[in-house]
Amino acid sequence: MRQKQKNQLVIGMGIALFLFLLFLLSIFYTPFDPDMMNAKEKLVAPSFQHIFGTDQFGRDICSRVLKGLGTTFIIALSTVSIGAIVGVVLGAVTGYFGGWMDEICMRINDVIIAFPNILLVLIFISVLGVGQNNMILALSIVFIPSFSRMTRSEFLTHRDMDYVKSARLMGVSHFRILFVHILPNTVPTILSMLAIGFNNAILAEAGMSYLGLGVQPPTPSLGRMLAESQIYLATAPWIAIFPGMAIVLLALSFSMISEGLSKGGRS
Amino acid sequence: MKRVGKQMCLLFFSFTLTLVLGGCLGEKEEGKESSIVVGISQDLDSLDPHKSVAAGTKEVLFNMYEGLVKPDHLGNFIDAVAKSHTIKNGGKTYVFTLRQGVKFHNGEEVTAKDVKYSIERCAGITEGKTPLIAAFSNVKSVEIVDDTIIKIHLKQADIEFLAYLTVAIVPEGTNDFEKYPIGTGPFRYESRAPQEYITFKKFDDYWDKDNQAHLEEVTFKVVTNSSALVNGLKGGSIQMATRMTTNETAQLKNDPFTIYQGGSNLVQALYLNHAAKPFHDIRVRQALCYAVNRQEIVDLIADGKGTIVGSSMFPAFKKYYIQELANYYTEDIQKAKQLLKEAGYPNGFEMTITVPANYQKHIDAAQVLIEQLKRIGITAKIELIEWDAWLSDVYANRNYQSTVVGVDAAYLSARAMLERFTSDYSRNFINYWNPKYDKLYQKVRESTKEEEQIKLYKKMETMLTEDAANVYIQDMNSEVALHKDYAGYEFYPLYVQDMAKIYKVKQE
Repeated sequence: MRQKQKNQLVIGMGIALFLFLLFLLSIFYTPFDPDMMNAKEKLVAPSFQHIFGTDQFGRDICSRVLKGLGTTFIIALSTVSIGAIVGVVLGAVTGYFGGWMDEICMRINDVIIAFPNILLVLIFISVLGVGQNNMILALSIVFIPSFSRMTRSEFLTHRDMDYVKSARLMGVSHFRILFVHILPNTVPTILSMLAIGFNNAILAEAGMSYLGLGVQPPTPSLGRMLAESQIYLATAPWIAIFPGMAIVLLALSFSMISEGLSKGGRS
Repeated sequence: MKRVGKQMCLLFFSFTLTLVLGGCLGEKEEGKESSIVVGISQDLDSLDPHKSVAAGTKEVLFNMYEGLVKPDHLGNFIDAVAKSHTIKNGGKTYVFTLRQGVKFHNGEEVTAKDVKYSIERCAGITEGKTPLIAAFSNVKSVEIVDDTIIKIHLKQADIEFLAYLTVAIVPEGTNDFEKYPIGTGPFRYESRAPQEYITFKKFDDYWDKDNQAHLEEVTFKVVTNSSALVNGLKGGSIQMATRMTTNETAQLKNDPFTIYQGGSNLVQALYLNHAAKPFHDIRVRQALCYAVNRQEIVDLIADGKGTIVGSSMFPAFKKYYIQELANYYTEDIQKAKQLLKEAGYPNGFEMTITVPANYQKHIDAAQVLIEQLKRIGITAKIELIEWDAWLSDVYANRNYQSTVVGVDAAYLSARAMLERFTSDYSRNFINYWNPKYDKLYQKVRESTKEEEQIKLYKKMETMLTEDAANVYIQDMNSEVALHKDYAGYEFYPLYVQDMAKIYKVKQE
């Protein structure tokens, strides 16, 4: 059983690393200019020249998938980091100190969780306006509660442990106890949460862009590519297949990582 | 045993139910009642025929409202509510003899009072002070001579005013158009769910017995997403869609649809807000015109089907259209860069193109434009907004930098295309300001000879091109998909859909 989890972790990391390398590559090199249109090569099926084919504007899909991968990576990364940093700090402080501040924060959390995620993001976006940055902001806000809840419960158990008590007796500052003594002990939980969060962020980004609320055209984004390819499903399925596969691989890799991490941590 | 019996009973019951319900559906298909669902890409902005501004609304309301005269598919005016008309005093007085027995959808006959009310409402005489339709500010008075004869007196002679008298005649004193819209057209209003659909029923008492609607019911369904539209057509929930792109109709190759080809009578362009920097500078606007390769746009977004235009006029208005203007600006990157340099933007600038999210062809055009503008160093980005937001922010409040959209003519006259760019016109949404242009338009208004007017209109068109008022692209190709169970679609030189002509084909 443990071997299986380990395998999952390794395979997940492998795929993620591969995709990350592709993303790094796409910064410096793509087979074609991902925005270059060509009226003569519209909807060309995959071939040696265009290995993933071309879309309705004659743009190379391989290049666009690579660039889209980058867009998705960046958005997921910023979303998860903002969500995680704010969430962990909130969770740590509220869990450690408790009291009325804890009550208020957790009730706000409850309110945010009570709404379906996608609806909440839609509300934020309708207030803030459509666009990449606004989407990052909206998604981060939605991601904060899950991080703060988990961290809070971890800190809640740790604050009454002997090592914390003795540290406090020795006069160590609260700040130091929070982030130097307790935080390292919660790293396994946070790591697996990060992986799950990343996975969710990728899917959320694809979903929002699919709905036309995220990345604006012509910036390549996997979700948007899927949305635009819809009407060509019957005649040019490759426009949908390759971005779709990229999303699946990305989501799969991070869900495998989180799976491997969480079970490994528990045993 | 008992249990088995129960189950059998249930099975039997569900079978009969299926048969009965299935039978219902079958009968409806073959019976007298026939209906059609038409996909439209945006909701109606108003059911008030005098207040609605969107082309997409007018094409639907065309089936419901009629004026004293109405346009036919050849671009002529035929008498509708009026039986005959004469223009007197060189265009200063319009005399109409009303047709007897024309009924409103509520069953009442149209009287001279209703006509007077409708015209005065547009002119701002009965309701409010500002005319609801700008052209009607020229109306001095409406005189009821007797029950059947009505005279419209104008302040200034205007020989084109007949085109505007296609404006809807509504019952006197109507005030709740959104709930109870009443007209005289071949279809009457049945129901509406905002953002979803509007349904019309055949009006049995329509005055023109020879041109009664063939279909019992027409539903216009709002489908804002191009792939949802195609899927709806394929799946059978929609039987007709207009203004489709070649990409969209190509998906229907293997389905039972007749594809009609025509122009959409729209001028698709990158409309520039002259009040927003840097488009106040003619050199910048010209640079944009030189940077754009129209043929490439048409090739990319419509497989080359579409007519390139060079000014605010489309080919269906033959009298006024100038073919040569389409080639006034041809792609010339060097010249474009030079012009930008002179204007003080040697390294280009950033701009935002606002595009209504429900029009895939405008989004497509904007994407191609972005690529082409890159060549002269301009970084453009797209901002997608909802259609309602476009109408209020861009069209009404002029709070935008540039937008890709199609502009249509609401009336069969060049005036409908060109008046909107006079500096004090209430819907001059690009903030075009040129005293010479205004003067030309003034001359048109004063003129009473058609040839002279056409000449002046052509001058105005040319001026728009020379001033690079907008980056004109094309009169888009419009493909209409109609299910093979129906036939009879006809193109108009206006932005309308005449559903009364469509009939159901008898199935063998």
